[in-house]
Amino acid sequence: MTPRLNPAVVAVAVLVYLFLVGPLVIILGASLSDTTYLTFPPQGLSLRWFENIFEISAFRRTIVTSFQVAFLATMLALVIGVPAAYALSRYRVQLPPWLGTLFVLPIIVPEIVFGFALLKSVAAGAGAPIFVALLAGHTVLVLPYVVRVIGASLSSFDFSIEEAAVSLGSPPMKTFFTIVLPNVRAGVIAAFILAFITSLNDVSVSLFLTGPGISTLPIQILAHVEQFFDPTVASVSVLLMVLTVGFMAIVERTLGLTFLAK
Amino acid sequence: MRRFAGWLLSAPATLAVIGILVVPVAVVLAATLTDPRGPWAPYAAFFNSGFRTTVLVRTLQISAITTVISLVFGFVAAYAVSRAPRRLRSLLIVAAVFPLLTGVVVRAFAWLVILGRNGILNGALVAAGVTDEPFALLYTQGAVIVGMVYLFVPLMILTLVGVLENIPEDLLQASASLGATPTATFWQVLMPMAVPGLIVGAVLVFTGSFTAYATPQLLGGERQTVLATLLQQRAMVSFDWVGASTIAAIMVAITISVVLVMSRTARRLNPVAAS
Repeated sequence: MTPRLNPAVVAVAVLVYLFLVGPLVIILGASLSDTTYLTFPPQGLSLRWFENIFEISAFRRTIVTSFQVAFLATMLALVIGVPAAYALSRYRVQLPPWLGTLFVLPIIVPEIVFGFALLKSVAAGAGAPIFVALLAGHTVLVLPYVVRVIGASLSSFDFSIEEAAVSLGSPPMKTFFTIVLPNVRAGVIAAFILAFITSLNDVSVSLFLTGPGISTLPIQILAHVEQFFDPTVASVSVLLMVLTVGFMAIVERTLGLTFLAK
Repeated sequence: MRRFAGWLLSAPATLAVIGILVVPVAVVLAATLTDPRGPWAPYAAFFNSGFRTTVLVRTLQISAITTVISLVFGFVAAYAVSRAPRRLRSLLIVAAVFPLLTGVVVRAFAWLVILGRNGILNGALVAAGVTDEPFALLYTQGAVIVGMVYLFVPLMILTLVGVLENIPEDLLQASASLGATPTATFWQVLMPMAVPGLIVGAVLVFTGSFTAYATPQLLGGERQTVLATLLQQRAMVSFDWVGASTIAAIMVAITISVVLVMSRTARRLNPVAAS
């Protein structure tokens, strides 16, 4: 049974949600405007600012870089994070408690400090090319999401199934890929998406690891906004929102979106 | 072999976090203590600078105000969501997850469109005849706070919905049927059970807004410099590495103290929920 809510509570909740959704609707409207300046409601309807994104070479380049970095960093984080999450649930008694804390450090340490620290070590003669540093930073940045989401999936996995396979003669690696991994598939998909989005949206780490030669989309957006006040950025924002909606639909189909609320 | 299986499997991730995060950050923190002018000289320089201490105080102030506003509105919204019918509740949770997954740059940009000199709000105010001259809404502390609240209210809602859903409605009705006024039920039944969630939410919002970069950069500009934007300027514009490292160290120290103090408070207030 649903309790009756105080009308004042409902009114405030409605206002909070209008506050949340309104600005995103405004971006959508502004992106469709036919004017050379940002305005809402849109004056005339046009997709020219969407075309304009791809006419600006800096946007083309940074979109490619951002997707490359997000994809590679997510894959790397999965490659090192899945075994770590497995070890944390399967061999918990062997491992010290600080190990779990270590894997949340990238969330606790302020991102901007992390980015600056990476820049400093690159400059201090680690000699790594900037793309490698960017990729390394993003891999560590998204690792906590991988370890946490896979760990949550594994916590409901019955390890006696795995033991049964091993005792029947299945080699450990084969057991992992044919028994364990398929059972946490939804977790892997959700982890991939969360990690990908986190990397794609990152500002604070990329800020220090971009230069004249290489930059990411959010950094390019920041640079563009400071010079131009045209609807291009609104259009880019809409494309990113469409991508987010697609990703949310996938998560909804695999784990259910309420999972993200936990 | 089996005894080390856990170590072996977690080794690559462990080494990555240590090598890429822990060591570089430790080097930055250590650099502030090994300054040729003396171990605490960079900190003395920071706190002797009127501008930098103003920035520190401003950052703390913006974070504190953002946290309080997010707590109040996030709590009310989360309460309504947690008591909504099932389908509506899922929809409202999705509506809070979506902005959270939309990047910070996009969300700050939205407020640039709204608050700008030729923005929507000024356009509406001029059209309504409230003012002839557009107000300078951008690059004020208020603009930064609005942008920050916008950034963090979804996080607060999602944190609190989980907690409030677990408080049975029966309990509140029992309190009411035993003669407690709604105010008494709120303060003596609902709040004590919600406090651990409120603390978690407050820590997330405070530390998040304390270290945010894109929102104060876009909506506050140089006039509302905060620690994160100052750190970036010192490092990338002035190449003052020691100054930037000192700001980094102060940010880490404050962030970690807040996390430690608040998690201890949460544990003391609710030993069951925190364990």
